Amino acid sequence: MKTDDLVVMLSTNVEPIRHGRVGRTISIAVVVGAVIALAIMLVGLGVRADVTTSRAALFLSLKLAFAFAVVGVALRYLIMLARPGSESGISPLAVAVPFAAIALLGLLSLADAPSGHWNRMVVGGEWLECLLSIPIIAIVPFAVTIFAVRRAAPTNLVRAGAFAGLVAGGVSAMAYAFHCTDDSLPFVAVWYGGTIVLCTLAGASLGPRLLRW
Amino acid sequence: MASEAELKALMAASLDGDAASYRTLLDRLSRRLRAYYKGKLARIGRSATEAEDLVQEVLLAVHLKRHTYDTRELFTPWVHTIARYKLIDYLRRTRSAASVPIDEGAEIMAQDDNADAESSHDVRKLLERLPEKMRCAIERVKLEGRSVAEAAVLCGISESGVKINIHRGLQSLAAFIAQVDQK
Repeated sequence: MKTDDLVVMLSTNVEPIRHGRVGRTISIAVVVGAVIALAIMLVGLGVRADVTTSRAALFLSLKLAFAFAVVGVALRYLIMLARPGSESGISPLAVAVPFAAIALLGLLSLADAPSGHWNRMVVGGEWLECLLSIPIIAIVPFAVTIFAVRRAAPTNLVRAGAFAGLVAGGVSAMAYAFHCTDDSLPFVAVWYGGTIVLCTLAGASLGPRLLRW
Repeated sequence: MASEAELKALMAASLDGDAASYRTLLDRLSRRLRAYYKGKLARIGRSATEAEDLVQEVLLAVHLKRHTYDTRELFTPWVHTIARYKLIDYLRRTRSAASVPIDEGAEIMAQDDNADAESSHDVRKLLERLPEKMRCAIERVKLEGRSVAEAAVLCGISESGVKINIHRGLQSLAAFIAQVDQK
């Protein structure tokens, strides 16, 4: 076929199109993913019983602040990755900042405690539940996010997949925080940070298959 | 030689539904893409027909992904990133060991090739492989130039159904073209 014929075909009766809405679509998908993640947490795990005590509220806010920081930076970068040739003006390394901050807080908290408590502070009571819950809860937010990114035009599929995984991991950690009763900074740094990194790696390996267009 | 500003203005008008601007834009892009792909593929011993396949794939991609262009940003990097993505995807698909040389965004603007070659596929034949509603919607609106309202009556579906079927049909066509290349 002649390319000219294709040009004629594509430009015949061209519809006006609402453009520049990639960011909005992906943001809505992440919010939907977050609502689903919260519902899964409520039904499957339940909110921690002592949530009204001030100590629980303090640690819940800390965990949420960490998760929101991760999602906020990662989402901004993901939106940039979903549009060809787009520049966001932020470095992908910016996503390391929340992780570095929580790791530093964890180390300070360990330094402040007697070494006999370290094991307990890092491993906590529910490390296995955390290790399993965050990636499992992340599945649906990941799928919804990938669906939205696919409607755009990512061109670096490994990186776009990784950031979709990072966003989903952060969203999932946010939901899991309402259930989690392990209140120590080193625990949050290791298990929240670690599982979100796992989600990121899973996203990076799935990206090329799920996002190709 | 069209400049960034000129192409960008054409794209903005196209997104607003200006068919004449869109035709001019796609025509200019196809010349640039042709020069770009011929140069890239000739270096690794591929034919002009393959370059033309890629030109058509990218024109379809530009059409299907045009909502991802933000008019506040430059237009050339947007097209160039898509062109480069489709080249790498094509070479991977056709199992080439050749590496794609890293190139500059300016390169796609540098040349103009108007020698329209035939691509290896026939869109009319590919259209026949589409489900009836998609084929009907594309033929009435995009080939015969009828309005969406007319097509809705002729194809027996709603107006929004016509639009959706055109979009999905073009997506399927792009997928068919990619499959043809694989053989």
